[in-house]
Amino acid sequence: MNNIRKNKIKDQAFKALGMLFTLFGVSVLVILIYNILRVGFTRINWDFLTSLPSRKPEEAGIYTAIIGTLDLMLLTVIFAIPIGVGAGIYLEEYSKKSKLSSLLEINISNLAGVPSIIYGLLGLGVFVRYFNFGGSILAGSLTLSLLILPIIIVATREAIKAVPPSLKEASFALGASKWQTISDVVLPSSFGGIITGIILSLSRAIGETAPLIVVGAMAYVPFVPHSLFDAFSVLPMQIFNWTTRPQQGFAVAASAAIIILLLITFVMNGIAVYFRNKWQKKLK
Amino acid sequence: MKIKEKLIELILKLCAFITILTTIGIITVLLFESISFFRSVSIFEFLTDTEWTPLFSEKHFGILALVSGTFLTAAIAIAVALPLGLTIAIYLNMYAPKSFRKTLKPILEILAAIPTVVYGFFALSIVTPFLQNIYPDLETFNSLSAGIVMGIMIIPFISSLSEDALFAVPKSLKLAAFGMGSTRFQTAFKVMVPAASSGIIVSIILAISRAIGETMIVAIAAGQQAQFTLDPTIPVQTITSYIVQVSSGDAPQGSLEYKTIFAAGLTLFLFTFSLNTISFWIKKKYQEKYE
Amino acid sequence: MAKEKKESVIESSLKRKYKLQAKDVNVFYDDFQAIKEISMDIKPNSVTAFIGPSGCGKSTFLRLFNRMNDYVDGFRMEGKIFIDDQNINKKKVNVELLRKQVGMVFQKPNPFPKSIFENVAYGLKIQGLKDKTFLRERVESSLKQVALWDEVKDNLNKSALALSGGQQQRLCIARTLAVEPSVILMDEPTSALDPLSTAKIEELIHELKDKYTIVIVTHNMQQAGRISDYTAFFYLGEIIEFDKTNKIFTNPEKKQTENYITGRFG
Repeated sequence: MNNIRKNKIKDQAFKALGMLFTLFGVSVLVILIYNILRVGFTRINWDFLTSLPSRKPEEAGIYTAIIGTLDLMLLTVIFAIPIGVGAGIYLEEYSKKSKLSSLLEINISNLAGVPSIIYGLLGLGVFVRYFNFGGSILAGSLTLSLLILPIIIVATREAIKAVPPSLKEASFALGASKWQTISDVVLPSSFGGIITGIILSLSRAIGETAPLIVVGAMAYVPFVPHSLFDAFSVLPMQIFNWTTRPQQGFAVAASAAIIILLLITFVMNGIAVYFRNKWQKKLK
Repeated sequence: MKIKEKLIELILKLCAFITILTTIGIITVLLFESISFFRSVSIFEFLTDTEWTPLFSEKHFGILALVSGTFLTAAIAIAVALPLGLTIAIYLNMYAPKSFRKTLKPILEILAAIPTVVYGFFALSIVTPFLQNIYPDLETFNSLSAGIVMGIMIIPFISSLSEDALFAVPKSLKLAAFGMGSTRFQTAFKVMVPAASSGIIVSIILAISRAIGETMIVAIAAGQQAQFTLDPTIPVQTITSYIVQVSSGDAPQGSLEYKTIFAAGLTLFLFTFSLNTISFWIKKKYQEKYE
Repeated sequence: MAKEKKESVIESSLKRKYKLQAKDVNVFYDDFQAIKEISMDIKPNSVTAFIGPSGCGKSTFLRLFNRMNDYVDGFRMEGKIFIDDQNINKKKVNVELLRKQVGMVFQKPNPFPKSIFENVAYGLKIQGLKDKTFLRERVESSLKQVALWDEVKDNLNKSALALSGGQQQRLCIARTLAVEPSVILMDEPTSALDPLSTAKIEELIHELKDKYTIVIVTHNMQQAGRISDYTAFFYLGEIIEFDKTNKIFTNPEKKQTENYITGRFG
């Protein structure tokens, strides 16, 4: 077999391998979703959504977990968005090339790579113990806010970078101040990109379990949190807890809860992608 | 008016500084408790003992047991993700028609968006029983299932970032190779991959860092037995799942058990920080090549 | 000093011979010298054209008058710039106020991604002017000045980006006029436009001369010849010649000027 034929075979073989692997990735996704639907779909009913967790698998529900997730997301949004967008604006519009700005950038890039459980330890040491917030929804949301902060900052910066400098020039030439230019020209133009980043960061936060376990989210919370300092549970925590129980009934409940969680995650990602496409079209 | 502008700038600056506070907070918390821990346990024992049993009556504090669990699962994950991720990247970049690439890339990225607790459930309830059909001696909790599932989760990390790196290689190089009669396979491995090597390496390092820091998959499927081993069929415990175990329990504040999670966390942080720094440095040094 | 204060405003403005002045100006970007020892006096209600090859400092010099170079890294200036006999680089000068009196139109039309109305009203709104009637009147009169009113009056809420290139540029001029400056700086305003739009804008400049002092940078020598009263020929950061347009184009003093005008280089 001469070289040319050998090379052609290698080429075709690799192409087949590539297709195989790519389809493998997709099929794993399909298998995962199929299996979870198969086991858990029938378990989902109104009772499931509105019952409290229980020691008996047939009676267990995700009510407190869902409320906890919603409350937690609301608080996280309140903390993380102003700080994240503000930091993004500062880094992109105000800070000039200096040692300080490089330090800030390197630091943020590093924070993005820190494992989420370390954020949990941070939350435990600072919010739960030092500030004495306890294993509360306040401590949990502060911890998650710090976790998603780098994502929001990067998204804000990218969105602002995409605004053409000629628009800022036009604004300055008309006598606008720096902040007026940012608030009246830059932010409206980068709005879509920022919103996309926020939604993506939230969909990430919704699935986080490890840092919340460390901060003290409980698996068995038979009440709905009423104040910032109450204990709380979230959906992924509930799933984790049920997964570790031996009874088959809990495996079914876990599957059902996973369906809900995946639904929320996919819907949020879908909305984010929709916004991103809309915004990118606008830029053109 | 100028005062208002200065005030706004100050507020925004403070927002940016919270990120620095976060890092300081992480380092302070980890160091503070670890230093206290090392007053009771010698660093030598911590680094050389191969048993980790702080929750038993006979206490050993050898981090190597947890480190081996962490690295075993991460190694399996990379063994899965690297060949698959890189092949997929090359395939999508050089073989697949554009429409294929456009639809498949987002689908693969969905793999990265699935919450890890779902992957953990998948590993324990579907992958392990499946593997047990092939190898009946596989224990219920083992690093193989967890590692494989982690690898699947990480595939988009390597495939997307490597594909971007390949995409960034100037077309002229690709065309030059084709012009000389190279097949796509030859072009891919002799020209494109070397040209994109720094980006690909960065993607691998980041994937490793991600695998080392992963918690839920291993907490659910790999077990809670800290063992210094390379056997993928038996339960192990990673640094991350140990921290989860203690946090789910009732270790009182100030107790030695409580402090162990910070010592373990510090170890983890040092590993991931080093990896991230190396990848940042490589990116910086070699990205200039094509810009 | 006291005697000068007794003069009436009319007398002093009549006395004001020059609207814009530059005295011994040098401009540096880090180590590169972009402008070398330029002095210039520009009369009010005139159109002055800056011509010369690319990169010779025309835009840089133009932007000294509304201090838009302040945003460029490494920018440094020596010498003085006066508008209405006031040094605009003094610390106490409010740059934002300056730019309300000295407007600028750019080479590529840059309307905001907002409605036509919002674009023209922008300069007024940032000054805190909110009265709806006032804004509507000002927007209308500005759009009329640029001969755009009839074309857009029924579509003021439509996006400015839906307009053609020539219309967008006229919109940008209207936007500048809305704040009622006394000087308009134009940096190659028609180089990105088709000949028809260019002609319309040249006509516009001719009409604006009565109320405004206009300085225009242009690559198009014929344009300079058509619309300006005075022309300055820039070369490598220096002014080679500055005189009545007629003279520059028919009987220039310097050989270099003649060479450029006749196309021997450029």
